[in-house]
Amino acid sequence: MTQKMAITLDVNGTGHEIRVEPRKTLCDALRADCGLTGTNVGCEHGVCGACTVLMDGVPVRSCLMFAVQAQGKALRTVEGLSTGGKLHALQQAFTDNHALQCGFCTSGFLMLAAGTLEQQPDIDDESLREVLSSNLCRCTGYQNILRAVRQVRDAGKAGAR
Amino acid sequence: MSAHGPSSLKHGERHNGDANPRRKFVGQRVTRLEDPPLVTGRGTYVGNLNFPHQLHMRVVRSTYANAIIRSIDTSAALAHPGCRGVWTGADVADIPPITFRPTSIQGLEPYRQFILARDRVRYVGEPIAVVFADDPYVAEDIADLVTMDGEALPVILSADTPPGEFAPGLSTEALVLRKNFGDIESALKNAFKVVEVDVQVGRHSGVPMENRGALARIDHSRDVLECYGQGKRPHAHRDAVATLIGRSPASMHFYEGHIGGGFGVRGEIYPEDVLTCLAAQRFDRPVKWVEDRRENLLACNHSREQRHVVRGAFDEQGRLLGIDAKLWHDQGAYVRTHGARVPDMAMGTLIGAYHVPSYRTVGYVRMTNKTPAATYRSPGRFESTYACERLMDAAAEQFGLSRIEIRRRNLIPKESYPYARAMEILDHAVELDSGDFAGLLDKTLVDIGWEKLLADVAARRAKGELVGVGMGFFMEKGGLGPVDGAKVTVDTRGKVQVITGASSIGQGVETVMAQIAADALGVEYRDVKVIHGRTDVLEYGIGSHASRATVMTGGATRMAALNVRRKALEFASRHLVEAPVEMLDIVDGQVVRIDRPGEPGIPIGKVAAALAPSPATVEFGNPGLTAEGWFETAGMTHPYGIHTALVKVDPDTGETKVERFHVAYDIGCAINPMLVEGQIVGGVAQGLGGALFEEFFYDERGEPLSVTLADYLMPTASEMPPVDVLLTEDAPSPNNALGMKGAGEAGITGVGAAIAAAIDDAIGIPNAITRLPVTPQRLKALLKRHAAASK
Amino acid sequence: MKAGSFEWHPARSADEAVALLAQYAPQDGRVIAGGQSLVPSMALRLAFPSHLIDINGVDEFAKVRVEGGELVIGACVRHAAFHVTVEPGPLGRLLVQVVHDIAHYPIRQRGTFCGSLANADPASEWCLVAAVLGAKMVARSARGTRVIPAADWFQGIMTTALAEDELLAEVRLPLLPAGTRAGFYEFSRRAGDYALAMALVSWRDDGDAMRDVRIGAGAVEAQPRRIAEAEALLEGHPFTPAAIEAAAAAASAAVDPLEDVHTSAEYRRDLVGTAVRRAFAQAGS
Repeated sequence: MTQKMAITLDVNGTGHEIRVEPRKTLCDALRADCGLTGTNVGCEHGVCGACTVLMDGVPVRSCLMFAVQAQGKALRTVEGLSTGGKLHALQQAFTDNHALQCGFCTSGFLMLAAGTLEQQPDIDDESLREVLSSNLCRCTGYQNILRAVRQVRDAGKAGAR
Repeated sequence: MSAHGPSSLKHGERHNGDANPRRKFVGQRVTRLEDPPLVTGRGTYVGNLNFPHQLHMRVVRSTYANAIIRSIDTSAALAHPGCRGVWTGADVADIPPITFRPTSIQGLEPYRQFILARDRVRYVGEPIAVVFADDPYVAEDIADLVTMDGEALPVILSADTPPGEFAPGLSTEALVLRKNFGDIESALKNAFKVVEVDVQVGRHSGVPMENRGALARIDHSRDVLECYGQGKRPHAHRDAVATLIGRSPASMHFYEGHIGGGFGVRGEIYPEDVLTCLAAQRFDRPVKWVEDRRENLLACNHSREQRHVVRGAFDEQGRLLGIDAKLWHDQGAYVRTHGARVPDMAMGTLIGAYHVPSYRTVGYVRMTNKTPAATYRSPGRFESTYACERLMDAAAEQFGLSRIEIRRRNLIPKESYPYARAMEILDHAVELDSGDFAGLLDKTLVDIGWEKLLADVAARRAKGELVGVGMGFFMEKGGLGPVDGAKVTVDTRGKVQVITGASSIGQGVETVMAQIAADALGVEYRDVKVIHGRTDVLEYGIGSHASRATVMTGGATRMAALNVRRKALEFASRHLVEAPVEMLDIVDGQVVRIDRPGEPGIPIGKVAAALAPSPATVEFGNPGLTAEGWFETAGMTHPYGIHTALVKVDPDTGETKVERFHVAYDIGCAINPMLVEGQIVGGVAQGLGGALFEEFFYDERGEPLSVTLADYLMPTASEMPPVDVLLTEDAPSPNNALGMKGAGEAGITGVGAAIAAAIDDAIGIPNAITRLPVTPQRLKALLKRHAAASK
Repeated sequence: MKAGSFEWHPARSADEAVALLAQYAPQDGRVIAGGQSLVPSMALRLAFPSHLIDINGVDEFAKVRVEGGELVIGACVRHAAFHVTVEPGPLGRLLVQVVHDIAHYPIRQRGTFCGSLANADPASEWCLVAAVLGAKMVARSARGTRVIPAADWFQGIMTTALAEDELLAEVRLPLLPAGTRAGFYEFSRRAGDYALAMALVSWRDDGDAMRDVRIGAGAVEAQPRRIAEAEALLEGHPFTPAAIEAAAAAASAAVDPLEDVHTSAEYRRDLVGTAVRRAFAQAGS
């Protein structure tokens, strides 16, 4: 065990002053030290995508980064998606389209989709499928996830957080 | 294949009596009550829960596939700063091996697993020690310091090679199961043709997105050991774990929270579950265990690995006289919670939807040096449906009949239901409750646009594409009884609480129960809160497994809600409204007079308030607007379906792409078609995995090779074809008032069969596919062999 | 699945990075850039670096530029940078084409081009690009800078010519002359998976003849390489289906494939032929 380091993580616009070992992954720090357990951990080796968060606006696997590396970055997690008690368009679309069952992959898919639509609001269906292939879901068979994200893209609400 | 809604839902009926249930929410595609916390990151998966001063447990696992344990060295681990304890088998020698569920099958006891290995390990991944620390990172550091010195023994890695020795004097053939009815010998002798297939399904499993975990602590104010994170069968597991660690069941409670996928594998009592509870008891500190993905792939139940040799005796018209089937079941290293349920179900369901006058089946349940195997969604049926449907495809070829015609000639006729078979499955006599398979087939062909599809396929083939269509017919089973209970309570604000013994594993049980309760009671479904998976609020509960929650718990919820409704109306009639009870109804949460529409009613919250304990309410019966309901069923339900796959094979790479998939399914009664379709499409994805991608590989030394999600290949959005669902309600179950049959496994059961058949068709080689998954490498090799043989 | 302990050393400049590396390399120190391969191997406890020199904060490493007929890719240029053309010529277009087969979208936001080269996974798409196009690897250490040609860079499975105290500061890819056609194809089990085989081809049409023909295969042998036997069949010949077929067969025959659980040598050999054929088909279209 090495010395813990004092760092500040900027998550959803709030600074979290925490002390972590350098080896602590970003997802573990978010969950255990920032108290933000909405980011789930499914594989810890970068394949399943359940832990996807936005860092400076782009989706990244929070299990493939150490928390110390995220200092000075703007992080966004599922907890920051809805604002003012109103669900984000993606959250609403996931509900309306039955795009989740057990919900374990949902945070990761929401953040992946949110980051993607913010970067590429007009992304075509084929590219969207390619991007959404980044994350695994074991319940839905993906059909409703694709439908939900396409619906939000089509409604052009991606920027409206 | 066009998208279809349910074809025959009977909406809009509104009746008070039990015989013609009202359907305001039942049958509707309402959104889920489960979703708000899950889309906002407020899930309560066990990994998200913590108690102050908790210890983290980490399991040390065997690196040997088969070995005698000479010694386990824990000294370095114990010396590591922050180590709070290390246990090996010797430390838990007082804990008996893990029990299995009640079963009439005898002889499996010697094959049970201890929570930590004692003198022998039998698979890579078997728990040999546990370590405890204040931090999960440190716990992993410490676990790495525990070493085992073992004397390696030869490994057994397949179930269809001659058995060896499990332990001195004990064969690895743990069990030979048999089921018979009719005169199979005469059938084989008198047959016009005997058709045989020899087919295998690879080892794969549920692999939920959430790994296993448990969090246990003792609440001294109640002297109760609480365990969080258990899903699927909380009551049964509580009883079993309590017994293993020497507590009374009443002093132990399970709470499930959110569960990241069930799929059968969540229903096992694992060594780690027992160890976590035992540690909380011994350390008198909260103990948390969350496995990592590698452990999950090594140590969570595997499933499916079977070889079937099936012989069908057919008459001149291609009608079955009998089926003679053998199977070899790879049980892995131990028999745990589910005993021999999987091979038992495979053998019991193999003959599927067909009228089979005689049947003989033998199942060899054999132990190997691999991860223990048990149930995975559609246990036994995915395998047996694949085997039986391979037989029917082979028969079609040999008789020169279309693959549809051979099936038509053998389907159980509609008039023959209820249809009994003189054998048992899971100790229950088999009686198929209702069905119209030929009718579903007709609707399927129309829905798919069968003739056009065949024409399209022919046109593409003429251009050189290897495209093909295949079907898998299956008979499912659901609604496993015999009894389930629920309790419904209305509070003074008119909100309804339903306490069930069901388990919520992602399938939408809260929403479905709320829909059922809302209609039975006469309230808005969003006003119904459903409690599940807790042993402290309901004495009994049989959890969620075998597609039973909707049927059994739904039946109980409905009974309880009807009892509450009756109570509310009787009390209102006597004390609140001047009207006979027959003139009253509950509509939108208000007690109203049927004969005076439009007149303001009494909110049921007010009725509940009036029913608060008082001399009047005691005199009335019992206080409180609350009632229990019990539902019992005479037999299982038998939904059925047809899967159809359109595939394209790439002859250069051997890759199979599924272009379209169609599921036709008669569910009896769909409480929420949106959720049923969700279950089905999700099931198809898992079936696709088992048919084309997912397999646990081992090397010749028994070393598992599929221990990351980069090696165990689950389908992504890119591999999933569009799935169309045709949901029908043509054969409601006579065993419950709503006619429900269950939906959990409808999407997966026939996928292997349909895809295998479609690939045969695409490559133009009958009965080519004998092994799942059909990997590109295997298919390429098959194509090359065939090309060489044709020269 | 938690990494072992290490000390973390963020570098702010290239000089600081190489100084830190000189200090810590002898004590199991390693460079971390994107970390998309290193972090999983640490999580699986296959790698145990005691020190990580983090170069993500080195601004000069984040740049990609054209200089002297070469595309110069800095140590921290992410895969995602190639989602758009980084230069207007055939090379820029080829890189856009290749990048979509690299892992998944979020991985591409973090993983780096140079990291792939330093990791030297046999199935790395960028390693194949470097080998076929003749990239030059610029290695820096406290001792100085040296340039290592692709031919010397790859030294077996996940092994390169980089010394312990060196970091791969940049990779220089020669721009492809105008009129160069290039194609890439890889076969993998699922979207985003490591390829079981891949091929990269390029050539110029000179009247009826193909010139500067390059055919390379990756994910097949311990390291990606050009296949001279196949190139020779096309160099100076017209582009015809028969010629491509012959080159594909020659490539297939020339390789000595690795085996793994999903892939026998025979199967991989077959895939090489298919990959070469399809890479040409794609470039030709």
